[in-house]
Amino acid sequence: MMRIVIGEGSCGIAAGALKVHKAIENALENKSKIEIGKTGCIGMCFLEPIVDIYDGKKLLRRLVRVSEEDAGAIVEAAETEDFSKIENIAISEEDEEFLSRQTRIALRHCGIIDPTSIEDYREEDGYKALKKVLETMTPEEVIEEIKISGLAGRGGAGFPTWFKWNAARQSKTEGKKYLICNADEGDPGAFMDRAVIESDPHSLIEGMLIGAYAIGAEEMIVYVRAEYPLAIKRLEKAIEQARENNLLGKNILGSGFSCEMIIKAGAGAFVCGEETALIESLEGKRGMPRIKPPFPAQRGYMDEPSNINNVETFANVAWILNNGGAAFAAMGTENSKGTKVFALTGKVKRSGLIEVPMGKTLREVIFDIGGGIRGEKEIKAVQLGGPSGGCIPKNLLDTVIDYRALAETGAIMGSGGMVVMDESTCMVGMAKFFLDFTALESCGKCVHCRIGTKRMQEILTRIVNGKGREGDIELLEELCEAVKDGALCGLGQTAPNPVLTTIKYFRNEYNAHINEHRCPAKECAAMLTYKIDEEKCRGCTLCAKKCPAKAISGEVKKPHIIDENLCVKCGACSKVCRFGAVKIL
Amino acid sequence: MNIPQSNFKPLEPVLTEYAKIPGSLITILQKAQEIYGYLPKDVIYHIAEKVGTTPAEVMGVATFYSQFRLAPIGKYLIMACQGTACHVNGSERVSAAVSEYLGIESGETTEDGIFTLENVACLGCCSLAPVIMINGEAFGNLTPEKAVSILENLREKEEA
Repeated sequence: MMRIVIGEGSCGIAAGALKVHKAIENALENKSKIEIGKTGCIGMCFLEPIVDIYDGKKLLRRLVRVSEEDAGAIVEAAETEDFSKIENIAISEEDEEFLSRQTRIALRHCGIIDPTSIEDYREEDGYKALKKVLETMTPEEVIEEIKISGLAGRGGAGFPTWFKWNAARQSKTEGKKYLICNADEGDPGAFMDRAVIESDPHSLIEGMLIGAYAIGAEEMIVYVRAEYPLAIKRLEKAIEQARENNLLGKNILGSGFSCEMIIKAGAGAFVCGEETALIESLEGKRGMPRIKPPFPAQRGYMDEPSNINNVETFANVAWILNNGGAAFAAMGTENSKGTKVFALTGKVKRSGLIEVPMGKTLREVIFDIGGGIRGEKEIKAVQLGGPSGGCIPKNLLDTVIDYRALAETGAIMGSGGMVVMDESTCMVGMAKFFLDFTALESCGKCVHCRIGTKRMQEILTRIVNGKGREGDIELLEELCEAVKDGALCGLGQTAPNPVLTTIKYFRNEYNAHINEHRCPAKECAAMLTYKIDEEKCRGCTLCAKKCPAKAISGEVKKPHIIDENLCVKCGACSKVCRFGAVKIL
Repeated sequence: MNIPQSNFKPLEPVLTEYAKIPGSLITILQKAQEIYGYLPKDVIYHIAEKVGTTPAEVMGVATFYSQFRLAPIGKYLIMACQGTACHVNGSERVSAAVSEYLGIESGETTEDGIFTLENVACLGCCSLAPVIMINGEAFGNLTPEKAVSILENLREKEEA
């Protein structure tokens, strides 16, 4: 059976996948020999919309950057099995490396199965691990297997999963225990969890069920970001299917184990990614962190023992039970086992969702998978871990992906945001960008975070505005240490990381801003001067027409001049100039 | 004080289902916002009464989370992504151009009630950066000029 399958994750849809789907559907009318289907995120966001042509389970052609106009040719090709007319949109060999160089475990079904079909999931050994666990293993044996695997929290902190499970298992209560999934993926630049839920929701349910059995939880809650409507929709559907198949509810698969599952949508607060703030939010309150101890394993949601793991962590669980903890531990480094998913974005040629074994170097990920930097520029740094992480400079690109090795650079593994920057990114501006974010998202409960991030933000703002003062760098460093030590939760404790790492590796850029009033990356508008080179200017008047501030004057066919006092430094003139006459100083 | 007169009827099924389940306040507010488009003051008072808490408590939650709005929004809700990938790809200039074209800042609505602008955290379309989303539809790989021309088209459509 020939099948045409369209990639319909959020990225694909944003790029127009639904329109392509409709067009192919129309072109298919009355051609019952060909099936049309959808899949989740294939991970190659840079090539969306993507359409695959399958014969049964065999992928015949992968078509990229497909538009509605291609629909007729695609249907014809699937019908005749003559692909000559669509070779122009077939994926290039080079781009195929993006996938072939990855090792996919958490993402093993993403872009392959239809996320809305439980049958598709079952055909890929879905719910086999759960059956095995319920029929043949004790909760202690499950925890032991996870211990052997070395699986650690993929939300960023890297805490051993078995340890948390064991603590929750040991905790006694007369009420009930809860298993919670943290899908409040708030790091700007990260979308791993969304892709897993949108593309393979049953693997999350299965992983959670195994966890719930291990700790003895009777209820599971998934806390999903409200900004992820498609993920919520697909997970709701999957939960319904699981219920119909006796995979949720009472006496699951006749084992005597009962467990319910609900979704709670977050309401937009970054701090709710912190586990105790998340619990407060689940209880319908302002999402402010609690003081630990007691830890959630003792007193969490509704004051009952609760265990919280991240989506990607759960997505690995069924694979580990099917293949054995040792197979998982065979991948990676001494300290970090298995694989890690990253959202690779920024100035790379090939951006998207990737999964690699721990132990790969950053360089391999950025250059071999990501294809290196777009355009003619040089790489400058890579940012890991979002607002809690740091910037790693290019001379440290051979650092391996490993919790400890990354922490030694001052950054963190993080949840998986990997944003690549080239020479045109100002590192002081980058630090300010993250502090703008954390200052805004600080919940305000503790003084160090509430006021500390604000003061840091103010100092960084004056530096990028060309008003930095001598001693500002030292003042920032002092503030960073105080906030790190004094903040109540992870948000505040890690908020200084973007500042500390940029000072550590790019102190010269800070100095240039403060002492020379110069932005080496030529990004900070306040410090730029636009000048027209008289030799090069042909007097075409285009820049004068484009200038929104009417700051450019001059006669036709004669060199033009920019009035610095009027210039708003928008850069419009340099963009329209065809002779390269506008210089940025 | 000018308290709006909202119709509580559509909210009743929501309150019947959730008001007595502990920890459901956020869910109730989300459903209320779906119904009214924002959270009118009298609705907040009504919810507080039904849930058995104070309006201050409800306001506290409503103002903590960025999803909740206390004023009506325009016909087109423009969400300008401020994520990291968008930032390194020039989102600041895009947002500035949108802001200048509409004459409003983030969180404001144009006087004619057509556009609301909101700077939002990552929309997760990082490979299309910089991105704005208008009523749920993503527009990617933007330049300031492209963003303004999208808005110009919408405005023309409204004026026609």
